[in-house]
Amino acid sequence: MKSFSIRLPNMKKYHWQATFGFIFLAVVTAAVFYAFFYLRHDPTLTNLEGGLQGRSLQHPLGTDHLGRDVLTRLLLGGQQTIGSSLFALIAAVFIGIPFGLVSGYKRGIVDRVFMRIADGFLAFPDTIVAIVLAGLLGPGIGNLMLAIVMVKWVSYARLVRSTVLSEVQKDYVLVARINGLSAGTIMRKHLVPHIIGHVLVMASLDLGKIILLISAFSYIGLGAQPPTPEWGAMLNDSRPYFQSMPELMIYPGLAIVIVVLFTNMLGDYFRDQFDVKREVRQ
Amino acid sequence: MSLLTVKHLTKIYKEGRPAVNNVSFELKKGECLGLVGESGCGKSTLARCLLRMEPFDSGAIYFKEHAIEQLNERQLKPHRKNIQIVFQNPAAALNPKLKIKDSLIDPYDQYRKELHLSHFSYTSKEAFVKQLLEAVELPTDLGDRYPHEISGGQRQRVTIARAISIEPDLIILDEPTASLDVISQGAVLRLLTELRTTLRLSYLFISHDLAAVSQMSQRIMVMKAGKLIDQFSRSQLFAEERDPYTKELISIF
Repeated sequence: MKSFSIRLPNMKKYHWQATFGFIFLAVVTAAVFYAFFYLRHDPTLTNLEGGLQGRSLQHPLGTDHLGRDVLTRLLLGGQQTIGSSLFALIAAVFIGIPFGLVSGYKRGIVDRVFMRIADGFLAFPDTIVAIVLAGLLGPGIGNLMLAIVMVKWVSYARLVRSTVLSEVQKDYVLVARINGLSAGTIMRKHLVPHIIGHVLVMASLDLGKIILLISAFSYIGLGAQPPTPEWGAMLNDSRPYFQSMPELMIYPGLAIVIVVLFTNMLGDYFRDQFDVKREVRQ
Repeated sequence: MSLLTVKHLTKIYKEGRPAVNNVSFELKKGECLGLVGESGCGKSTLARCLLRMEPFDSGAIYFKEHAIEQLNERQLKPHRKNIQIVFQNPAAALNPKLKIKDSLIDPYDQYRKELHLSHFSYTSKEAFVKQLLEAVELPTDLGDRYPHEISGGQRQRVTIARAISIEPDLIILDEPTASLDVISQGAVLRLLTELRTTLRLSYLFISHDLAAVSQMSQRIMVMKAGKLIDQFSRSQLFAEERDPYTKELISIF
């Protein structure tokens, strides 16, 4: 079996979930970017007389209660939801990795201090931190992302640390140290390839959770603030019209469900690809 | 000329008997010095202490007449390039996520500025890796493979290639054939003997296998429970005055 230092998707075994996930996420990304470059409607321009219209050529998914084009808001909402989730996730990963690397490699006092800091952050559930930050700094997508980063980086630091702890014991790291490689070089060249897979799996599984969290908080008004389009916020806006125009809630709801579903499929795929057991079998 | 001199080296792990107990010996340039003893007698701990990878409690180590036991990592660096090690388990000694060529190039990359190679020459990474693989009688296209894609014997040759890549003075061979089958064992021992002559290396050959040690070494030391209990040249192996423990080892092999 061919393998890579950072293993690329191996499509020998057909993985329909992965194929679906990739294609769908590519379509969503393309749609979101298309909306970015070409907008037929202003997503925040209200037109009270044209509110709650059904589907038409001009408004393919109709208009909401303030007469705003639903398709435009759905696409821009995707940008907001997926974009801010990705940003928060990447920030958490990039804070967690160096912490975990240094902690696992240096061990001793550095490790103990780092891990006590991590435990401190870990003690707070993400929802509590988000609510507290919204209370202290005011509601908004930025503060929500900050809360997510504050809670999530810890799990990446811990994941990376545990992998590094087991690898550092091995002879190849000892050989590298005997050869005078600096700690930084050993981490970069010898240890990072071991953690990439684990981090990618966890990140892809986390993405769905973060999207749900951001939508949920926007739904209860602690995330994206009106008139910014965001899927959770759109759900909330459409609540009063559930009886008369249920599709206003169905569109953003469906968008959330599908995106989360496919990111999870991708996560499963990565987990299979980077399966630790498979490494042992090799 | 003495390459490595060890005087009264003692290493005690927390609350216990010494793992290495008052060990003294001298390794001359160009020789292969054997160290035999059963598992757990402190052979590998001694090797790690010599490499300064393990702190020890007392004693002195002289490498090329420089005392190295007090040096910090920065001061050690000029000596590091002269001592290499080959471990027992080549699967653990090679990073499974790196291609063979990337593992092989590590020591050279590290010391390229201060190295003056006489046997090998560096023009490009690919060519250098090829030379190294040739030197240990491996197919030259092996560099692009991963450790799990080659056999155990081939992996051990790769770790030997890595050790000789910077033409060190001394290589510590810590049970280099213990994880190999009998045929690979013989081939690796023969290769090591040849390399010692062509590259003018010195070996500290550590093993529990007295047969392998006596085949390779000019002088043999016997270690038991952290102590060196016997030292003799190969011709004296069957002599009458050998320690009873040595005689026991001889009777087994």
